Amino acid sequence: MSWWTRLLKRKQMDQQLDKELRFHLEQQVAELIEQGYSAPEAGRMARLAFGGPQQITEQCRDARGTRWLEDLLQDVRYALRMLRQKPGFAAVALITLALGVGATTVMFTVINGVLLKPLPYASADRILRLREKTDWSNHWGNLWGYSYPNYLDCQRNVHSLDLMVLGYGGGTVSVADHAEYVDGFDVSPNMFSLLGIHLFRGRTFTSDDNRPGAAPVAIISYSLWQRLYGSKPTAVGTPLTYQGKSYTVVGIAPAGFHLEGEGEPDIFTPVEQNTASYMQDREKYHGFDVWGRLHPGATLAEAQGELAVIGRRLAAEYPISNHGRTFIAEPLRPAVGDARTTLWLLFAAVSLVLLIACVNVASLLLARAVSRERELAMRVALGAGRGRLIRQCLTESAVLGLAGGSLGLLLAIAGLHPFVALWPGSLPRAEEVRLDWHVLLFALSVSLFSSILFGLAPALRAPVRHVELALRAGSRMMATSSRRLHSVFVVSEIGIAVVLLVAAGILGRTLLRLSSLDPGLDIHNVLASRVALDPSTMANPTKTRAAWQQALDSVRTIPGVQAVALVDTVPMREGNNQVPYYTSAAKPPENEKRFVLANSVTPDYLNVMRIPLLRGRFFTDQDRSDSESVVVIDDVMAQQAFPGEDPIGKYIWLDLGSDPARVVGVVGHVRYWGLAADDQAKVRATLYYTFAQLPDKFVRRWSELMSIAVRTKVDPWALLAPLRQAVRGATGDQVMYEVRTIEQLTQSSLSQQRFLLLLFGIFALLALLLACIGVYGVLAYLTNRRVPEIGVRMALGASSGTVLWLILRQSLEMILIGVGLGAGAAVLAAQTLRRLVTGVQSDEPLAFVMMICILMLAALLASFIPARRASRVDPMIALRQE
Amino acid sequence: MTTKSDLPQGTLDLLILKIVALGPVHGYAIAQRLQQVSRDVVQVPQGSLYPALHRLEYRGLLAADWKQTETGREAKFYRLTRKGRAQLEAETASWQRLAEAIGLVLDLAEGGTQ
Repeated sequence: MSWWTRLLKRKQMDQQLDKELRFHLEQQVAELIEQGYSAPEAGRMARLAFGGPQQITEQCRDARGTRWLEDLLQDVRYALRMLRQKPGFAAVALITLALGVGATTVMFTVINGVLLKPLPYASADRILRLREKTDWSNHWGNLWGYSYPNYLDCQRNVHSLDLMVLGYGGGTVSVADHAEYVDGFDVSPNMFSLLGIHLFRGRTFTSDDNRPGAAPVAIISYSLWQRLYGSKPTAVGTPLTYQGKSYTVVGIAPAGFHLEGEGEPDIFTPVEQNTASYMQDREKYHGFDVWGRLHPGATLAEAQGELAVIGRRLAAEYPISNHGRTFIAEPLRPAVGDARTTLWLLFAAVSLVLLIACVNVASLLLARAVSRERELAMRVALGAGRGRLIRQCLTESAVLGLAGGSLGLLLAIAGLHPFVALWPGSLPRAEEVRLDWHVLLFALSVSLFSSILFGLAPALRAPVRHVELALRAGSRMMATSSRRLHSVFVVSEIGIAVVLLVAAGILGRTLLRLSSLDPGLDIHNVLASRVALDPSTMANPTKTRAAWQQALDSVRTIPGVQAVALVDTVPMREGNNQVPYYTSAAKPPENEKRFVLANSVTPDYLNVMRIPLLRGRFFTDQDRSDSESVVVIDDVMAQQAFPGEDPIGKYIWLDLGSDPARVVGVVGHVRYWGLAADDQAKVRATLYYTFAQLPDKFVRRWSELMSIAVRTKVDPWALLAPLRQAVRGATGDQVMYEVRTIEQLTQSSLSQQRFLLLLFGIFALLALLLACIGVYGVLAYLTNRRVPEIGVRMALGASSGTVLWLILRQSLEMILIGVGLGAGAAVLAAQTLRRLVTGVQSDEPLAFVMMICILMLAALLASFIPARRASRVDPMIALRQE
Repeated sequence: MTTKSDLPQGTLDLLILKIVALGPVHGYAIAQRLQQVSRDVVQVPQGSLYPALHRLEYRGLLAADWKQTETGREAKFYRLTRKGRAQLEAETASWQRLAEAIGLVLDLAEGGTQ
């Protein structure tokens, strides 16, 4: 018989046991009577020989081995009955716990998906990312992508790894009349097999595909297949146009396939079909991403050792390009950017809320435990051991914890999607965020852990020693002994609430301060969008410039458009065009270079953005490639490059062109890095040069990145359709992508701060509410216990004002200690915030003062209610309570 | 509580298994036989037999059925399971080995005094 059938049939088993024992006794009696004893005498002797029937029964039950379970069931039933009897207590405790566990579970679910889950490739822990490393570093550090020749050498010589290569590309894809700009990658043919990805349809690249001059083939993403072909299975084998060239589609990647850190590219082509000159360039072009998979049995250290050897060999062989250059490998990790910080911050905040919830429930339970002291003492008197009582108390809190935890899990399920949707921008790896058994396990352990946390204090108070005292004394004596523990609860609740409130206050002040910063331009009514030019114009710089000019001209004629310009780094969107500059012809050494954000624009840019011109002039159409090179700098650069001098007429050397360029104007600083990040950006100095003077060799690359910026008289979104029409160009396949207004970009440059503030605000409010409930509950309870004492005081002449003050003082003491401890912790929290959140300043005394005032007011208000009730005690009634 | 017998630890189980091995038998009969066979040497409070019986039953060494006695009453009859028989044999063997060993030691000691 298994233990659960024993458990389920225990009533029947008890009956049988009873019958068995009775049979024994009756047989014995019968036999004794046969031997000549009288019936009463025989009964007595039989019982004597048998032993105490109660104990025997109990021992037989124990022998079943299900005793602990029966006790547990009994305790659980008892706990449920207690909860039903006090629905108010049960509701407060359950809601508190559900909020705490729910919020924590949501955060854990997101952290689990975003940070903890392995990447969606086969044995992802064996995949490494390789990089070039130089023994010098500059503004960008000392880690670089691979040059293609270096990749080939590593691939041929490394034995512990299989290598694959990714080269970023992208361009306009068109099929029939549908054209759009997509991200693409030149890849080595082994990419899909190395990652362990099976194509949805078709075949992967072969080594035959991967050579210059082979028939052009492409693999497209699942979503591109949906968009271009409407999910038609006949897509494989048909041609499409990409970067102005015809490719045959040979395969379709599975839905959701992405390259970690590179997004979800839409098109893949064999890398060796790329005939661009940088494929042979070992020195300058370090633009390839190289991943490797460890061979079975090989270790990371082996791979690193091998790569170092190859690096030394290549450095000797190619001193010009590879001197001081080696190769490193590290495990491929999820690229989640600052989501990591945000998530851990929120998790910390949520844990604090959970902690307050636990303390709250603990104080409620303790209050109840004290009022149940007599019941417990009675149980001890009847023979219950201390262990048994503690177990009963813990069972009760576990029942509470699990019930609250289940509610919390439901809350988490409901709250998960709103949370992910609320995330500023897009949450990295959002597709991995879902409930799974990790989450269930987490919720379960959090609930149980919390139960122990809040159940232990009341449980350990289970009386054993002074049973008779507990039974004899009224409840008054017990109250004093629990007062200290209650004070500890209140103090910690207040302390934790202070931390959360101050954190929210600091974030709020930061957001206010950042929003009021001057972005340096007029952010309203400006639309910026990238444009993918007609690929056939890209081959020839003159044609490319003409295509841009044509687009500008036709946009300018749209009614409602005030000004239009080209720009390569749009304000508020982090660009990556930092270039070194010098103010004399002599090049400084690599590590002493100063950098400037070089922005290529057309003459109307100043009017589009409404950036103030401080000195000199901006560009005109007369600044052409055949005229003198000129630049305009912002005031930050003027300060940095020419402190105390007039910059107009000075010369600046850039790595871009050969000639020095003359400074012709100074404009106001624009926060290119976004409102929050600009102050801390490494390169703030900005320099403008006109697109017309960009050397021809850069025109193609630049044109892939340029945006068109339009100032409108009306809401820019209203002009979107005519704008799209205007840029289509002669062939009709020029498309706008990444369309956004500068206002949107400005808003989203504060999105992390805003998001954190919102959530910290919610958590802080929750903490405030819970702390107030806690203070109210504890004080109401303690005051209630003191009613007889208050009665005596009033009978002896204390006024109601004195009594009010008596109670308030008691609470004020606890609040002040809590605030003191909390403020100390909040200082640490503020330092953490400053380190982790861009734009937070070191100290925000106002946030401290304001939030502490709010908290103290709220807590005093919460204690005022019980205090007032106490002050209105009728001494006669109070004394009669004794 | 007088549940303690003068029996060494674990021997009550062995004795019960041995008695039950002779054929299906109810608790009262086991108690009687235990007393008779041991010539009243083994003094077990009769009640404490039952926890032992139940324990053996739940460990799967004994099985039980409700059957009629000769007098027509219903009683719980215990019988040995295969597992119980194996256990009985193993324990009997080890008990005998132990008894022999102790006997040897005692003989040796007596020999020494002579």
